[in-house]
Amino acid sequence: MTDFLKQPIGRRAVLGAGLAGASMLAMPSILRAQDKSLKVGVYGGYFKDSFDKNIFPDFTKATGIAVEAIAEPTGEAWLVQLDQAAKAGQAPADVSMMSQVAMLKGQATDLWAPLDMAKIKNGSNLIDRFVNKYPDGRVAGIGAVSWYITLVTNTDVYKEAPTSWQAFWDPANADKLGLLALVSNSFLLEVTAKTFFGGTNALDTEEGVQKAFDKLAEVKPNVRLWYRDEAQFEQALKSGEIPMGQYYHDVTGLAAADGNPVRSTFPKEGGIQDSGCWALSRASTKVEEAHVFIDYMSQPSIQALLSRKVGTSPTVKRELMDLTDAEFAAVSSDIEPIIPRYDLYQTKSDWLNQKWTELIVG
Amino acid sequence: MRREAPQKLSDYGPLFFPAMMLIVFFVVPFATMIAVSFFQRQQGGFYVPAFQFANYERFLSLFFANVLGFSLMLAVTVAICCVLLAVPFTYLLTRMTRKVQIVWLVALLSVLSLSEVIIGFAWSTLFSRTAGITNLLVMAGIMSEAKALLPSFGAVLTGMVYQAFPYTVLVLYPALVRLDPTLTEAARTLGASPIKAFFTVVVPALRNTITATLIMVFIFALGSYLLPQLLGRPQHWTLSVLITDQAIYQSNMPFAAAMAVFLVLVTLGLVALTVLAGRKGEAA
Repeated sequence: MTDFLKQPIGRRAVLGAGLAGASMLAMPSILRAQDKSLKVGVYGGYFKDSFDKNIFPDFTKATGIAVEAIAEPTGEAWLVQLDQAAKAGQAPADVSMMSQVAMLKGQATDLWAPLDMAKIKNGSNLIDRFVNKYPDGRVAGIGAVSWYITLVTNTDVYKEAPTSWQAFWDPANADKLGLLALVSNSFLLEVTAKTFFGGTNALDTEEGVQKAFDKLAEVKPNVRLWYRDEAQFEQALKSGEIPMGQYYHDVTGLAAADGNPVRSTFPKEGGIQDSGCWALSRASTKVEEAHVFIDYMSQPSIQALLSRKVGTSPTVKRELMDLTDAEFAAVSSDIEPIIPRYDLYQTKSDWLNQKWTELIVG
Repeated sequence: MRREAPQKLSDYGPLFFPAMMLIVFFVVPFATMIAVSFFQRQQGGFYVPAFQFANYERFLSLFFANVLGFSLMLAVTVAICCVLLAVPFTYLLTRMTRKVQIVWLVALLSVLSLSEVIIGFAWSTLFSRTAGITNLLVMAGIMSEAKALLPSFGAVLTGMVYQAFPYTVLVLYPALVRLDPTLTEAARTLGASPIKAFFTVVVPALRNTITATLIMVFIFALGSYLLPQLLGRPQHWTLSVLITDQAIYQSNMPFAAAMAVFLVLVTLGLVALTVLAGRKGEAA
């Protein structure tokens, strides 16, 4: 210990300590000056970076509420952390962006504080399905962003764009498809139900799900790659190695804009629309600020900004926004989407997962 | 120098640090995993402490038996391929000059520095139709049309052998360097050809080393979960891939833990059998 104290202190160390000390002193004063703050959880990486850059500074300017962005992990780890923390009366984030399955799981433990729609004036702008409700009608969450998974093809191999998800079943496409490897992120059961059995309601019963599995089994010989890693498929799609599959609409559009021979098509049965909700932890004390934030994010102009800057599909009605046709087409479509049956992944997840794994591995 | 058995407690001193490390980084996590494997999965939630065998029951099915069987078969095949390639290679390497040996060993070590991801993506490019090695064969006029060599069992095997080969050589190298050259010389003076001398003298003298190497490569290959995904079809996915699915994507920790415990037990059992068989063979 004394040896440590006797060490000469360099100029850099002094400067460094000074800076660190100054910023430590400055930080709380900034927070105090703004008085109001909100911790917002968004998916780490691309989402958080985009929000930090394009959304949060303007929000603070407009409302005086400082935002501390928390990078949350994808998957259910964040839900578990929020749930454990709420039991201890803590909120690692006040508002979080949550997947639809996580919303349902959180509802089961009453994790989400009910939102007061009277305080969210812009709530009326939302497309109805983006208001997430408890079974008793309380509002659990509000649509934050949505995105599409569509039918993608390599334009060198397929001169004509396919028009239907039925292309996956076409024997001419043997060994040409790249599909997502998990039942809960590929949503192929829903695609099968919509394409062949008249809609996702066909999955209401176990017999219906079984029928969809049987139909889906016919796709297997056409699948070259079941991917977990997006980069793996994107690369193969660009090179034409795997010329058809399902992929994210916005990312495919960006790749095409870069000159790659790829296209994204909304099949006539609709693209798969997945989405994230803003939800407020019941342990949060920032209820007022959270409502202001969610209201702000539901403005048509902000949703349009997200579409332009982040590439997400808007959760508010199209006619309210000033997006041009090209801007809208880059992130969405007017064709009625296929909405995943999130309830199944909550109530029957193990059964579905087992059936699915047996289908593709067996 | 004569070695004395430790007398006092302090003689065991040097062992404390490695023992602590082993406990903190191996025994505790492994015990946690065993405990979790008996916990109760809550569908639509996480898990709660309990003591039940449901996770093991789910595993005991024909489907998982097939996956386990394939994983073991793949690991054994990788081990055998590696040893078949590495024993002659290392033997020849030890006969070379010091300089050449160093160059080879540095090259092998640099392969070790590559991550599984890089190896997987590199081989998937090499085996692709659009940019792969078959294009060279077409240029040379050997093949009429470029074709994709993946996904296939061959691709998975190649990738995994490539990954495990440097380990195999590095494990065999010390034993082969120390091998008494007079043994082969004696065989040669008694009239054996170099190949006969290699198989009748060198290989038997190295029997224990080869067994140990086989076991090491087998265990190394058993843990692979990325290469089967990148280079194989779903039927080539190992148990490790399914464990990852359960742990990360389904948040079903108890089931993932049960599968992992089962895999460890089967592996230990197989290793024990190999060692026993080796002892019996020696006694005979």
